[in-house]
Amino acid sequence: MSETVAGEARTQTIEPRERRWATLWRRFKRNKLAVVGLVIVVIMVLTAVFAPLIAPSDPQAQDYALTLRPPGEGGLMGTDALGSDVFSRVVYGARISLEASLISVGIAMGVGVPLGLVSGYFRGFWDEWVLMRIVDSIQAFPFLILALVIAAILGGGLGFAMIAIGIAFIPNFVRITRAQALTVRGLDYVEAARAVGAGNVRIMTHHVLPNSLPPLLVQTTLAMGYAIIAEATLSYLGLGAEPGEPSWGSMLFQAQSYLTSAWWMAFSPGMAIFFAVLGFNLLGDGVREALDPRTYD
Amino acid sequence: MAFLIRRLLLTLPILFIVSVVCWSMINLIPGDPATVILGPEASEQAKEQMREQLGLNKPLVVQYVDWLDGVLHGNLGKSLVDGTPVSQLILQRLPVTLELALGTFLVSLTIAVVAGILSASNRGTWIDYLSTGFALGGISIPHFWLGMMFIIIFAVNLGWLPASGFEPFFQNPVANITAMILPVLATGLRESAELMRMLRSSLLEELGSDYVRTAFSKGLSKRVVVIKHAVRNALIPFVTASGLQIAGLLGGLVVTEQVFQLPGVGRLIVESIEQRDFTVVQGAVLTVTVIVVIINVLVDVLYAVIDPRIALSKE
Repeated sequence: MSETVAGEARTQTIEPRERRWATLWRRFKRNKLAVVGLVIVVIMVLTAVFAPLIAPSDPQAQDYALTLRPPGEGGLMGTDALGSDVFSRVVYGARISLEASLISVGIAMGVGVPLGLVSGYFRGFWDEWVLMRIVDSIQAFPFLILALVIAAILGGGLGFAMIAIGIAFIPNFVRITRAQALTVRGLDYVEAARAVGAGNVRIMTHHVLPNSLPPLLVQTTLAMGYAIIAEATLSYLGLGAEPGEPSWGSMLFQAQSYLTSAWWMAFSPGMAIFFAVLGFNLLGDGVREALDPRTYD
Repeated sequence: MAFLIRRLLLTLPILFIVSVVCWSMINLIPGDPATVILGPEASEQAKEQMREQLGLNKPLVVQYVDWLDGVLHGNLGKSLVDGTPVSQLILQRLPVTLELALGTFLVSLTIAVVAGILSASNRGTWIDYLSTGFALGGISIPHFWLGMMFIIIFAVNLGWLPASGFEPFFQNPVANITAMILPVLATGLRESAELMRMLRSSLLEELGSDYVRTAFSKGLSKRVVVIKHAVRNALIPFVTASGLQIAGLLGGLVVTEQVFQLPGVGRLIVESIEQRDFTVVQGAVLTVTVIVVIINVLVDVLYAVIDPRIALSKE
């Protein structure tokens, strides 16, 4: 396994950087599912950005004369128990979900990538016996329980939920970056860089890190999808967004009490989560296959 | 044997760090445990006395050692809310979660194995597209939402199964099982997706290898080659993957228990967080995580038993 990764890294360094991205894009485009994923993600981003133009009403507006109306009668997706338009809330929910996934994955990368890079590059006691054992231990906690407890310790609310999810994701990013750093550090071109006098920091940022990017890109995309589910879950459990905020998770929390009478309150936010996560998963799979054509089928 | 001992020794630092993390939870939460127990109205003197009683005035290391000593003797402390021993609360709830976990695991394993084998051995046909499509949907769906949809369809509209109303198995086995079907299916379908994808790709790899070609050229039927040769080898990484899945599964059950109002450990954690009863949260999280660590060790050992090369290479 390590041999093939090393071989691949070698060919990548020979190929000029611009051409590498062009090749990647060409391979990516061939994969129809990946393109579907990209389209879904782009639609989600556009929905989040242009939410005020798309949503027919204020997502927090309540109209007690129009509560629990089914789709059609009460707008495209019906109205909820407070008379808010479900469609408008789903549209604005894209903002919260996207924000949550960007922030949490950003935190995980910001902490995990440097840690993994330094640890894998220098190795030794701190890597083997301290950092990796801590990573192992944190990964022993079931992800959702860990995120739940961190959110509870921090005090609840959407902001803290994002931080909690980010912290729970750190070990994944440490592992991936470290594994890459371990592979790349022994390669000839790193030796060559050292021979011409490059310092450790320069080797790490200019030579090791760029070669860790492909697997990181895949991990980031898939983590964005998972972060959306995690945010929805925490909000559903009451530790993320407030019930009034139009988060898909808190909409499901509200819908729980009306499962017998108003199915549409639960249906649309869940479908929104499903498509958003599907988009990121397809995109992640597509990027992986484009980077490593051997897995392509 | 040496492999087993080495593996167990590697578990010790993990258990140590896990215990430190769980223990420090109490010290990290905003607010003072004495205030949680006595209420905000209590006098400073009473709170000081409570802190003394809880041992919160001792140095941190002493507090940790005292706590660990208690844990090792089965004493997880008392609920801050009503003084019930935490271990008693967990023991009441654990059977529900374990039943749910076992059911979910069996369902996900069955679906994953059947769908994985069918799709890999019929690559490129509608069976393959159906199974991979199902798996792709499965990993993208929030399982608690799937549970809600199941309640709407099967409990509310069709009236086939109850949406909630758990009863212990030994009191009313029929009611127990009917109440478990929907939660087990909702979580199991989701969990099976990832396993199926994994089995499919490792099976495809095996099916492309030389020994499979040899088996075919001997004139063996497809069924024999797939089941007797390829699946056996493909199952090796699958065992690890499915074992590791249990950690995620136990985490996911927290939400399942909430949707279906099942009185399991996950719900205990959520309820205790709501009541800020952090000794219970601490004890429950510790219990679940130690279970995960033990399962991981068992999976590794099992892995070495099925594939002796592993133990040899690590010795």
